[in-house]
Amino acid sequence: MPKAQTITTPVVSPRLLWTALAVVALMLLITYLVAFDQGAVSRSGMYLHELMHDGRHLLGVPCH
Amino acid sequence: MPLNGPAKSYGALLIRGLLAGLIAGLLAGVFAYTVGEPKVDAAIAIEEANAHATGDDGHHADELVSRDGQKGGLFLATALYGAAMGGLLATAYTVLRRRLRTPSDTRAALGLAGAALLGIVLVPYLKYPPNPPAVGNPDTIDQRTISYLAIVVIGLVAVWAAVVAARTQHDQWRQALAATAGFLVVVTVGYVLLPTIDEVPGTFPADLLWNFRIASLGTQAVMWSALGLAFAALATRPVREQTRETVTV
Repeated sequence: MPKAQTITTPVVSPRLLWTALAVVALMLLITYLVAFDQGAVSRSGMYLHELMHDGRHLLGVPCH
Repeated sequence: MPLNGPAKSYGALLIRGLLAGLIAGLLAGVFAYTVGEPKVDAAIAIEEANAHATGDDGHHADELVSRDGQKGGLFLATALYGAAMGGLLATAYTVLRRRLRTPSDTRAALGLAGAALLGIVLVPYLKYPPNPPAVGNPDTIDQRTISYLAIVVIGLVAVWAAVVAARTQHDQWRQALAATAGFLVVVTVGYVLLPTIDEVPGTFPADLLWNFRIASLGTQAVMWSALGLAFAALATRPVREQTRETVTV
């Protein structure tokens, strides 16, 4: 992959695509843990859920 | 060297997105703590009064995290959420930058943040407004979560439809009308198809519900305004030669 992409480089390279997909998956996992987990994925029981409880309510996602 | 130098690599943009998201998340946390926490406290007081009245004291006797812990956790939640949204914004910017028909990187970054605010905050907010503690039936949480995620997807599709519709027109006024029409068609279909959820007890104070919902909207507004501005500022700053090596993927 060229070091610095200039405005003339065509489309998205496969390597960039896979990196981007991996990053998106990681970001969605973080969002899930913050906003939607009920203890099933984090394996922390409801600890993470309760810790970030107020954040869920005020960020506007369904909480309980 | 031109003013902005060569386009930044994905790695460079991603780091700036995460940093902008962290800043935005902490600012949103400050807003939520100052404006929102008093409403959450008031709602929890009502929740506990209801529990005592029905003789169900077990719920809060074995609480995992104290109220003070939850108020600290608020900042953890908004910071992590902000960083994740910053990472997604930087990725969207990298992938979509060339397709956005503006020569200004600042406008492109602010436009994407604005589209996200509209699609994943405002569209869901009007269909499923956020609720404070003491509102909501725990038995329906799965169904409510699925409906919420569905309206987020519909919000993003609506924004996309607005852009596609606008691009069919050349005149600026017609572009604005087409964008509005495309957006409203998708949102209306989504609002009609998805189930209505109203679990607010008749005894819950209306002014507290209103104030909580405004605080929640304000939290997201601070989040996305700060994220858009911080990312635009960081992403469009020229990279100095010696630092560019260290931030390239």
